[in-house]
Amino acid sequence: MTKSLPSVTIVRRIKAPPAKVYAALTEPRLMMRWWGPDAGPTLSAEADVRPGGRFSIVFRLLNGEEHNPTGVYQEVVPEKKLVFTWEWPGMPERESLVTFLLEPFDGGTELTLIHEHLPDEAARKSHEKGWKGFLDKLSVFLGDPEWST
Amino acid sequence: MAKYQASRMDRTFSALADPTRRAILLRLKRKSGLSVSELARPFSQKLPGMMKHLDVLSDAGLITRAKSGRTVSVHLAVGPMREAMEWLKRYERFWTVSIDRLAALVEEDGER
Repeated sequence: MTKSLPSVTIVRRIKAPPAKVYAALTEPRLMMRWWGPDAGPTLSAEADVRPGGRFSIVFRLLNGEEHNPTGVYQEVVPEKKLVFTWEWPGMPERESLVTFLLEPFDGGTELTLIHEHLPDEAARKSHEKGWKGFLDKLSVFLGDPEWST
Repeated sequence: MAKYQASRMDRTFSALADPTRRAILLRLKRKSGLSVSELARPFSQKLPGMMKHLDVLSDAGLITRAKSGRTVSVHLAVGPMREAMEWLKRYERFWTVSIDRLAALVEEDGER
């Protein structure tokens, strides 16, 4: 299922129809109300939701730090799919890719989020199954006191 | 500093994007200090091919090589892998909380 590099995948069932979830993902007015990793405020949200359009979000964490993730929409399928690149100034990475998938589910929506790190095209092409198993082993490995440095 | 980290993490992820190289790391995890030819054996890799993989892993800081006499032994280095795992954990946290808030927002007025 995972098609490339290490990725974060989150699946969440939401009691609201895809149209509503999609609106929350794409309308700045609504994006302002959820975007951010803690209860700190979202300060601004801009989204030009079409392939090649940009988004830019500024949020402040409770600890006072402000962050400004930006990116470019790659794929836009209303109420179904949203794919955008992800750049986070000042964070130790170049660019990654975020995919939101929305599926109707029992009157609500099953939302799948995939955040992948994409170093380059070559790496993306050499996608292989087995990442998950590898990462599981890696987690065990990194937690293994024998190798702690 | 940030720049250095960026390129280093790119190298880590690139290096990890190959099944042979991942297998090499897992093998070294089970048994550190294998020689290059011992490493090459189960992979039906010719030595030059194996050397190339080891160069990539070494550039990414995932392994170190030590020469003793005519034998080169290969060891794992954990730092860069830790960074890669940190990346995953950071986004896992980021998105888990954001999506909780998103769900709360769209569910709050009960419109289904």
